[in-house]
Amino acid sequence: MPDRKTIGVLALQGAFARHIDVVESLGAAAVEVRDPDDLPGIDALIIPGGESTAMSKMLVRWGLIEPLQNLIQGGLPVFGTCAGLILMADRLKDWDALPRLGGLNVTVARNAYGRQLDSFEASLNINIPGSPEFSESVMEGIFIRAPRIPADGVGSGVEVLCSYDGFPVLVRQNNIVGAAFHPELTGDNRLHEWFLRDIITTY
Amino acid sequence: MSEKIWSGRQSPVWRKNVGLAEMLKGGVIMDVVTSEQAVIAAEAGASAVMALERVPADIRADGGVSRMSDPKMIKGIQEAVSIPVMAKCRIGHFMEARILEALGVDFIDESEVLTPADDQYHVDKTAFKVPFVCGCRNLGEALRRIGEGAVMIRTKGEAGTGDVVEAVRHMRTLMDEIHALTVMPKDQLMSAARDMGAPYDLVEEVARIGRLPVPNFSAGGVATPADAALMMHLGAESVFVGSGIFKSGDPARRAKAIVEAVTHYNDPAKLAEISEDLGEPMVGINCDDLGEKERLASRGW
Repeated sequence: MPDRKTIGVLALQGAFARHIDVVESLGAAAVEVRDPDDLPGIDALIIPGGESTAMSKMLVRWGLIEPLQNLIQGGLPVFGTCAGLILMADRLKDWDALPRLGGLNVTVARNAYGRQLDSFEASLNINIPGSPEFSESVMEGIFIRAPRIPADGVGSGVEVLCSYDGFPVLVRQNNIVGAAFHPELTGDNRLHEWFLRDIITTY
Repeated sequence: MSEKIWSGRQSPVWRKNVGLAEMLKGGVIMDVVTSEQAVIAAEAGASAVMALERVPADIRADGGVSRMSDPKMIKGIQEAVSIPVMAKCRIGHFMEARILEALGVDFIDESEVLTPADDQYHVDKTAFKVPFVCGCRNLGEALRRIGEGAVMIRTKGEAGTGDVVEAVRHMRTLMDEIHALTVMPKDQLMSAARDMGAPYDLVEEVARIGRLPVPNFSAGGVATPADAALMMHLGAESVFVGSGIFKSGDPARRAKAIVEAVTHYNDPAKLAEISEDLGEPMVGINCDDLGEKERLASRGW
């Protein structure tokens, strides 16, 4: 039996409760992360969807940016969804001054798909080498006021694991995984399983 | 998600709209009447803004008929901030709702704070692509609104008073009624649905999952960080603040403090730090001093 992993879920604002439900349903422990005291003992971090501006302010206010950057540079596995992808991006197209974590060599445009009326659900073909469960069936992805990685926004070292409509929507750079959509909302937990199984054991 | 329960049978549009409500959890949605206020709200860390012409305290003071805001003002706020922009339509006024949808607002609040346009029926929210939030005082009212298509519920409280007592009453009632369903034998659920005037399928789902099938926020009377933390403890997943911010002495500071209090609602030491030196809160009206006709919460059917 492998040790039970403890997953920190950034709980400053947003859909953190849904990620916690998924993590716990997969047999791992979840810890809500609100300030640096919550960080010791976590084996990985999930950054949920929500409002990236609201989360950014709280990251600064509660002194989380530097400790998290140190952990991530040291190999802490991170999975950022939607706003989480924005907070992990090295470059932001429209508001690069937004304080954030960075570390993922991509450019991200916030709200690039438009307002809520333009939010959508799409069937995604995910291709992760060594993970045949993704080729068995498509995964439904919900894109909510989603960020977009422009086709030329993927830097070196970043693997594109899924594209939709010509744009990368799931990317990985070593210990950092970013998704433009919400895998926590559909009940299909394959991406969380893969993150817990493959990414955490590798780093 | 099980196909047998009500929420498992809803459309992709419902799912993505509930999804936006999920994204607003753990945050504060602030009433703003100008784009300058919207910028202050966003700077303070609001997860969304509610664009309206007058905050509830002024609607109360001014009297008269209160309607949907001027589209020009809503557009100005949409241009000023990147966070979601909500706007209010009158209860049952589906054409105000159509106009707001055409403006591309991210959420419509079919709100008792405005003067009701229909004294019998609410908007059929399933006919829209834009998500709706509606107020409730109890579980029956919440489930009727969800049955009509609302993807977010907020307990009503008593808007524009700065008195949290009604918000507490409505949230406690809602949570108690949810809890009662979870321990009720299945053969009593139909009578419970009849008594509370709620769709049976939704009663059955709440009995099974122990919560509403959509996010549950709190509104109406929150004026301090402690009020916001109180509502989070009672079961709110986010807080709407109306007059409480821009009718206070130092709106920017109070807005930031309430945002921080929603995140750290379970940490009294941090709440003490957050609550320090915020200037004057809104003056407020004691809810006991309101006559039945002055109560906004009783609007809605």
